[in-house]
Amino acid sequence: MANKKLMYGNHAIVEGVLSAGCRFFAGYPITPQNEIPEYMSIRMNEIGGTFVQTESEIAAINMLFGAAAAGKRAMTSSSSPGISLMQEGISYIAGADIPVLVVNVIRGGPGLGNIAPAQSDYYQATRGGGHGDYFTITLAPNSAQELYEFPKLAFELAEKYRNPALILADGLLGQMMEAVEYTIAPVDPNDLPEPPYALSGCKGRERRVVRSYDLKPGRLEAWNFERQKKYAQITKQEQRSESTDCANADLIIVAYGTCARVCSAAVRMAREKGLRVGLFRPITLWPFPKDMLAELSAKTDDFLVVEMNLGQMIDDVRLATDCRKKIHFHGRPGGGVPTPPEIFEKIKQILGGA
Amino acid sequence: MKQIFGRPEGLTEVHQRYCPGCGHGIVHRIIGELLVKLEIRERTIGIAPVGCSVFADEYFNCDMIQPPHGRGPAVSTGIKRSRPDCIVFSYQGDGDLAAIGTAEIVHAAARNENITVIFINNAIFGMTGGQLAPTTLPGMKSTTSVQGRDVKKQGYPIKVCELLAGLDGPYYLERTAVNTPKNIIKTEKALRTAFKNQIEDKGFSLVEILSMCPTN
Repeated sequence: MANKKLMYGNHAIVEGVLSAGCRFFAGYPITPQNEIPEYMSIRMNEIGGTFVQTESEIAAINMLFGAAAAGKRAMTSSSSPGISLMQEGISYIAGADIPVLVVNVIRGGPGLGNIAPAQSDYYQATRGGGHGDYFTITLAPNSAQELYEFPKLAFELAEKYRNPALILADGLLGQMMEAVEYTIAPVDPNDLPEPPYALSGCKGRERRVVRSYDLKPGRLEAWNFERQKKYAQITKQEQRSESTDCANADLIIVAYGTCARVCSAAVRMAREKGLRVGLFRPITLWPFPKDMLAELSAKTDDFLVVEMNLGQMIDDVRLATDCRKKIHFHGRPGGGVPTPPEIFEKIKQILGGA
Repeated sequence: MKQIFGRPEGLTEVHQRYCPGCGHGIVHRIIGELLVKLEIRERTIGIAPVGCSVFADEYFNCDMIQPPHGRGPAVSTGIKRSRPDCIVFSYQGDGDLAAIGTAEIVHAAARNENITVIFINNAIFGMTGGQLAPTTLPGMKSTTSVQGRDVKKQGYPIKVCELLAGLDGPYYLERTAVNTPKNIIKTEKALRTAFKNQIEDKGFSLVEILSMCPTN
């Protein structure tokens, strides 16, 4: 296949973003995602897009707010502490119903933490993250190929529902090299229609206002109820997941991103020993693929949640299974990455065999 | 009967909620008139701040956006870079621009972003009830410095124009006031220049306007 290239996960994101027709990037350096702004600065220059290295992540997210409110596809990338700084802006953007794409290449936390891979920003990503009642559509790729493909999907979902979208990667996915097949026909930004909210000058139309506040009693409440309907619709229509060997499994592992890659190796080890183990991989973290997981829980009693944190997604697994199943947990916080033999040992403990 | 004076098309019909004697109304009128005189109203995008003039998004008769406190210059950058043919102005108070938004204004000026910033300096936090601002003068009373600003405890006021003038980036910086008819005319001239600079792609322009807050 001629359209296949060996590339860094972080570079794959850039190619995916550009294929989606995005021509606006603003960001601030932070490890382990620096390859994104570095490569983006070169590529944007080549294709005539905008790259701004900002004074802070706060400025970056607000430049996105401006660019997206002007009707353009806009994205930023950062890592955990930088994403914390962006939360004010993401809340305003969610409150103004504007679509943007934010990539979080998660590192160990809390605080400055370290620059090793982690999944400890799950709560932040799936519970809104900033102040106020809102959610962000959250995608969790597990390969360079998906890092390339998900930005376009994220923009499409963000625009369909007028809501910010997040891609959660981690230092390992961003830094590793894999083959990427260029499957996306590049979108020409000039072919994208002007959205109905776009600020572009009011010539020949009513003036438009983008804002997240409403001081008139009752109106903000009604606006929030409208948004609740949107969230219900997203939850109903946009759950995405991947199930491997889950039919007739005695134990189903639930893991996303890097952990899903590690666990798929552990599942193979277990299957070779005759243990009936499956893997359920959430691809959307919000909305959490609860319907598919609930379906699987009709036949399986034991679940093992594997995360690179102290246990965050496990709450969603408990909710999806109505707390009626045995939910085991294996977590590695602070930049720790589990290994397949480590997960295999845990599987043996639970199933008591091999 | 021939009407010889009225509301400029650059302002909406919405009744402004500013206190009697406040300087915002004067500056709003000047901007509203300039949007028409310079024939830019239909391609202008304005940024309202957080503070008393948060309501500016209802008052200016052009596309408007209301961003987080102090982030107007960053939002302006995103808009201007995405729509270079539009005229972008950021309307900010002294709490918004000189306290929480210090980083954003300094860096937008350093980049010489081709935007127009209207900086209303009344030396006080108006909307929240008269607290000490970074521009409050030594000895001046506020609700968080009831004995007057003590420079030993609260430091010295920030002189925004002087601060930005130390940078190589900004194209045009001016300080005016709206306390007398003469000063109002000077303010009109400065704002006209600040908008024209953007129309002619000259770069970052900021007009600091000393204003009154009769309530606080």
